[in-house]
Amino acid sequence: MSDKRNLFNKVWDLHTVQDLPGGQTQLFIGLHLIHEVTSPQAFEILRDRKLKVAFPERTIATVDHIVPTANQARPFLDDLAEQMMSAIEKNCKDFGVTLLDLKDDRQGIVHVVGPEQGLTQPGMTIVCGDSHTSTHGAFGSIAIGIGTSNVAEVLATQTMFLNRPKVRRVVVNGELRPGVYAKDVILFIIQKLGVQGGVGHAYEFAGSTFDAMSMEERMTVCNMSIEGGARCGYINPDQKTVDYLKGRPFSPQGADFDRAAAWWLSLASGPDAEFDDVVTFNAADIEPTVTWGITPAQSVGVSQPLPKVSEVAAEEQRLIKEALEFMGLQEGQPISGTKIDVAFIGSCTNSRMSDLREAARVVKGHHVSPTVKAIVVPGSQLVRKQAMAEGLHLIFEAAGFEWREAGCSMCLAMNPDKLKGREVCASSSNRNFKGRQGSPTGRTLLMSPAMVAAAAIKGHVTDIREFPAAV
Amino acid sequence: MNEIQSVKSTAIPLLLDDIDTDRIIPARFLRCVTFDGLGEHAFEDDRKQDANHPFDKPQFQGAGILVAGRNFGCGSSREHAPQSLMRWGIKAIIAESFAEIFFGNCGSLGIPAVKAARADLDKLAAAIEANPKLEVAVDLQALTVSAAGVTFSVIMPGSARDALVTGQWDYLGRLLSAADQVAEHAKKVPYMSGFSA
Repeated sequence: MSDKRNLFNKVWDLHTVQDLPGGQTQLFIGLHLIHEVTSPQAFEILRDRKLKVAFPERTIATVDHIVPTANQARPFLDDLAEQMMSAIEKNCKDFGVTLLDLKDDRQGIVHVVGPEQGLTQPGMTIVCGDSHTSTHGAFGSIAIGIGTSNVAEVLATQTMFLNRPKVRRVVVNGELRPGVYAKDVILFIIQKLGVQGGVGHAYEFAGSTFDAMSMEERMTVCNMSIEGGARCGYINPDQKTVDYLKGRPFSPQGADFDRAAAWWLSLASGPDAEFDDVVTFNAADIEPTVTWGITPAQSVGVSQPLPKVSEVAAEEQRLIKEALEFMGLQEGQPISGTKIDVAFIGSCTNSRMSDLREAARVVKGHHVSPTVKAIVVPGSQLVRKQAMAEGLHLIFEAAGFEWREAGCSMCLAMNPDKLKGREVCASSSNRNFKGRQGSPTGRTLLMSPAMVAAAAIKGHVTDIREFPAAV
Repeated sequence: MNEIQSVKSTAIPLLLDDIDTDRIIPARFLRCVTFDGLGEHAFEDDRKQDANHPFDKPQFQGAGILVAGRNFGCGSSREHAPQSLMRWGIKAIIAESFAEIFFGNCGSLGIPAVKAARADLDKLAAAIEANPKLEVAVDLQALTVSAAGVTFSVIMPGSARDALVTGQWDYLGRLLSAADQVAEHAKKVPYMSGFSA
């Protein structure tokens, strides 16, 4: 008899240590990724309670949020950042956890590093004190963001309590139109299902559109599950997943790899798999998409006008007015042509090789508008090295972009990279919340890296499909 | 851990939707190795841009219950967000709905987070605006909120409520007590045993 369980439920069942009477599950965690921002207080809890890290070999640390991307000389100019860096160094040393620090060329944004090193594998439960942990679901794992108390729990026990979510299958079928990227697909899904549509759910992304995507594109999609309210999003493992993982440093080696690959592929939701609900979209309906507001669901296709307040549901009107006022935009206006001051290519959403190659292809032979400050921040030191081997940095620099060291940079501005005043930023990151990019009044327009590149050249939001030779 | 069966206090209304954790505590305040001192920075950037922000109004100082809208606490997983609210003085939150990670973080800190119907929240917020000294009672046993003689029901998942009511919200302690079971279970996980399990 075929297994009617979807991948999520198969993996959940496998990791269930015990079910509690109240409905919670004590779940075993296969991989715990930690970074400098949400771990120091967790290690203090362990010290206070005289506890050890239960499975130190299943915990890996790196540094990303506070890392300066220009001047990385120690001590950092920011005393607080230096203090956090020293704390994670000491904590990892004291508790026997491997730290990929700035001196280690494997360092980078935690959600870029995990897959790159082969730490992220299908069938695992993966947690990190960071909401974009959903990224790792691209490999067919249960990957969720957790708070600092949970970080302490996982360090000390390799488990945590969770309620089993429902599983919604989000199907997209068909070929993406020219100029439409994985980023546009997830922005479109969030626009349709809302920023809280996924609360209480894991999203299984399925259909021919995701089947056709590379692993990096799948990571972009799963990364933003949380922006749709789903703590976890995943894609079933297939041959691409297996091929991606073969030969990576932390991947199984030799005969272990073949056994692993067979097991990974067996986890995929089968044709009879059951879901709590299913929603279906057509790839052909998706345009290059840009956010205009202060939540990731406030977006439009680049050729579309902003909504009119009177045309949206009454309970949404207040939020739309608040967003329009904050962004300095008018209802019903086109998003195309909106002037930008800063262009940012980077973040755990879009800082991998395929993102940089695509952006470089767009900017090649052009120059950044004189009024725009543009930066490219690779997601990891290895991405940076590979991009330089391909000469991408030369293309970006010739076009007037700054080429930086790996880190989270301007996605959340816990480091020197931030907006000033009311600057408008075309950004390949994941959040357009008020003040997200470091200036309380700064404004963010989320879009694909190719669209950011085109906006940087033109000085305003531009339809990539109309950009010379870009499609 | 202490048993938390009810919270009685004056309340502060902030009936807005999709309030993200970057707004609750901007990222620059996460440059720290302890949670100390986060209370004064709760909603700092919103407060600077809104002269009428409830967190700055004298009549709401000392309020222990936050009345919030839909999808409260969305975005970043930062526990710094409920930590800053707790250190500002918030002991319970009543909202139309919560983002999941934020809700879990509240449970870890012993902050009851209960859901209520928007119409009830609108009435409650209006009553608080009219009388900021109004005592609001969140009863986790009965799953109700009462104020000024009006009572309405609220929702909280059983596991989260039971943990607070029975004083068993030291999740770490409970997880530790199953250490042997965890060690046994780990052996059954394929990637813990060369994929031959």
